[in-house]
Amino acid sequence: MPRHTLIAYVEDKPGVLNRVASLFRRRNFNIESLTVGRTEQAGVSRMTVVMDTNEHGARIVEAHLYKLVNVLRVDDLTHKRALNRELALVKVRTTPETRVQALQLVDVFRARVVDIEAGALAIEVTGTPEKIDKFELMMRDYGIIELVRTGAVSMARGRESIGANPPLVHAELANGNGAVAPAPVSGVAMAH
Amino acid sequence: MKLTGAEIIWECLKREGVDVVFGFPGGAILPAYDALTKYPEIHHVLTRHEQGAAHMADGYARASGKVGVAIATSGPGATNLVTGIATAMLDSSPIVFITGQVGSKTIGTDAFQEVDVTGITLPITKHNYLITKAGDIAQAIREAFYIAKSGRPGPVLVDITKDAQQQTAELEWEKAAPRLPGYRPRLRALPSEYHRATEMINAAKRPLILAGQGVIKSGATDELLQFAGTAHIPIAVTLLGIGGIPATHPLNLGLMGMHGEAWVNQAIQQADLIIACGMRFDDRVTGNLKTYAINAKKIHIEIDPSEVNKNVQVDVALLGDLREVLGELQPSVHAAEHAEWHASIAAMKGDSAVRDIQNLPDSGHLYAAHVINDLWRLTRDHETIVVSDVGQHQMWEAQYFHHEKPRSLITSGGLGTMGFALPAAIGAKFACPDKEVWVVCGDGGFQMTLTELATIAQEKIKINVAIVNNFYLGMVRQWQEFFYDKRYSNTPLIGPDFVKLADAYGHKGLRVTKRAQVETAVQEARAHAGAVLIDFRVEREDAVFPMVPAGADLHNMIRRPHRQKDVPTKTADDRDWEMPAVATTAATPPASLHPPSAPKAKTTKAAAPKP
Ligand SMILES: Cc1ncc(C[n+]2csc(CCOP(=O)(O)OP(=O)(O)O)c2C)c(N)n1
Ligand SMILES: [Mg+2]
Repeated sequence: MPRHTLIAYVEDKPGVLNRVASLFRRRNFNIESLTVGRTEQAGVSRMTVVMDTNEHGARIVEAHLYKLVNVLRVDDLTHKRALNRELALVKVRTTPETRVQALQLVDVFRARVVDIEAGALAIEVTGTPEKIDKFELMMRDYGIIELVRTGAVSMARGRESIGANPPLVHAELANGNGAVAPAPVSGVAMAH
Repeated sequence: MKLTGAEIIWECLKREGVDVVFGFPGGAILPAYDALTKYPEIHHVLTRHEQGAAHMADGYARASGKVGVAIATSGPGATNLVTGIATAMLDSSPIVFITGQVGSKTIGTDAFQEVDVTGITLPITKHNYLITKAGDIAQAIREAFYIAKSGRPGPVLVDITKDAQQQTAELEWEKAAPRLPGYRPRLRALPSEYHRATEMINAAKRPLILAGQGVIKSGATDELLQFAGTAHIPIAVTLLGIGGIPATHPLNLGLMGMHGEAWVNQAIQQADLIIACGMRFDDRVTGNLKTYAINAKKIHIEIDPSEVNKNVQVDVALLGDLREVLGELQPSVHAAEHAEWHASIAAMKGDSAVRDIQNLPDSGHLYAAHVINDLWRLTRDHETIVVSDVGQHQMWEAQYFHHEKPRSLITSGGLGTMGFALPAAIGAKFACPDKEVWVVCGDGGFQMTLTELATIAQEKIKINVAIVNNFYLGMVRQWQEFFYDKRYSNTPLIGPDFVKLADAYGHKGLRVTKRAQVETAVQEARAHAGAVLIDFRVEREDAVFPMVPAGADLHNMIRRPHRQKDVPTKTADDRDWEMPAVATTAATPPASLHPPSAPKAKTTKAAAPKP
């Protein structure tokens, strides 16, 4: 199944990560990776969710994410020009004979050695998830002692900021007594 | 104004316009119950079980269109609400639930009566809050009301720690206004979508409207009738859409889906355009999705974007409030007659009328369908609300009680919660004290929440309860009859003597065993000042027809039998209905459940009840 990369801006409040994560379980979608972190805006966190699903599934997930009250904006970067980066720490077994080879590969992948011991190298590598997959594959030959990946973070290329405000829908705030204010006029393209 | 957190709760409820709440006290919510004594303008209905409180708030919300409120303590009080919360979630009922929670310092320690209520209810609420400070209560409650009633309505839960109820804080109403930057209850489709939709509507030869609960929630009855009337478009309704348009309206074809009328389901399969209005293509109305309405283009008018293209791919989605969307469509809809289409639907009705049990003479047998149809006849001139439970009687109610007005039928559709009816009827009675409220329930479901008969007594309210008593979990028995070779595993059941039970609670109890007694009993019930319970001893092994077996094609239904003899059949060989060939393959349970060598289980039957 194709891989989809969604980013979600969420309010930085307790329990929001749980709401998002449990949505995927509840709706029977499989998350490949999910990362969360702060953004340029105070009180707003950003999640990158990589999941296995088709186009239809991605639209359903997007609509369900929007239904979460704490989700400010959702964007699907799958078909956009985007930067995708992931970091991995890999500890590999080395012998005096294999170390040089391993170090050469580290160079090829523009990775960095962050710790070295007799018989082991700890390597930090960043790049697209695909590049990290490859690096992992190459390191297998030497014997991976331990490996950890952060999961991907993504950002659209270009000058514009995506920002936490959705492009085509906007919230309608309650008026003073909690009643519903008149309908705003804004287009919606989410359903298609 | 400095108030305790407990007082802030009631103050906020009061300002939200609440005058009745349904609940059950306990340790963690005690401060709130204590503060309630200072708010005589809010009436608290003490239930006998928190599930009852949840369903009452639900019945109140559905009957009134306002937000219902239910209150419970932490731990078991909150978990007892869960079925009611899920029921409200699946049927989009606006309810605010308030639960007490252990002190904020002890959260996470497995303290006495601590459960993670916000965790448990996360997937069954529209939103929920855990509040640990008195100063946060007002905003949470205001947001809860706003979220519950706006957009697609739903339940919202506010879990408030005991110390937050005890602390004092300033109540600043204006400052506590909802701040929900990510919440978008109202969406609007682009003009181009409207344009595409009107082109489809004006070009259609066999258009059909599917009307769901959205018609009622949005108050779109008039707009829908005007829209349908302009182009003469027939309308099929979902279970929860019943009442949205009058049953007697000439364009109303009737109920669709699993137990919908044959011609309605046929019309769906033959339509060239489906206009879905506030309905969500539930599997109980679509049957097999692969063959569902394949001849039709589809327009979906829906307030919740996540429902669009969920089960059925549509050609155009018009997001928004149904009433507003219809108002916008109306001017561009061309007048049309669609005479051929109406004629072909009339032809599809074919021999349905002769199969209808209502056209049989009284043979001394008491059929549930007769009971319900008589009840309708005897109450039709009055403002009546029927609250039905879940099972065969629910489907017969939907088929044979003809609802003319929105909110005149209240039933648990999405979750199908047995035990819903009695408590929901209590809530409905509080919402509409001047209306006549009838519970129509099965003997099984009634026994799940009959404890609320005491609440009726304590509140001195007038409700009439019709128990359609077949001494079976009838709907399950029907599935066993059709799909499990009549192995009636754990569906025969006995109950108490319902007449004596009514008496024990101080209500009036009546028993009906013959059709000739139905009218007298119903009139006696209506005339009696207090609550009345009627035990209708109906035919035990009657089945609901027509039926589209789960997952079968919508047009392959089990039709009503031709009832030459109006006694239900007793053995597989003399049954007078036929299973459609396609249906058997779709509905037969996986082979692993039926190992060919396994000996056939013996049919178990309860000792025949003595009337
Ligand atoms: C809480 C709950 N448990 C189980 C079911 C499954 N179920 C659906 S209908 C039904 C039988 C209902 O029996 P009864 O209340 O006597 O009504 P009848 O079908 O006989 O009219 C059952 C057990 C349910 N819907 N809800
Ligand atoms: Mg029964």
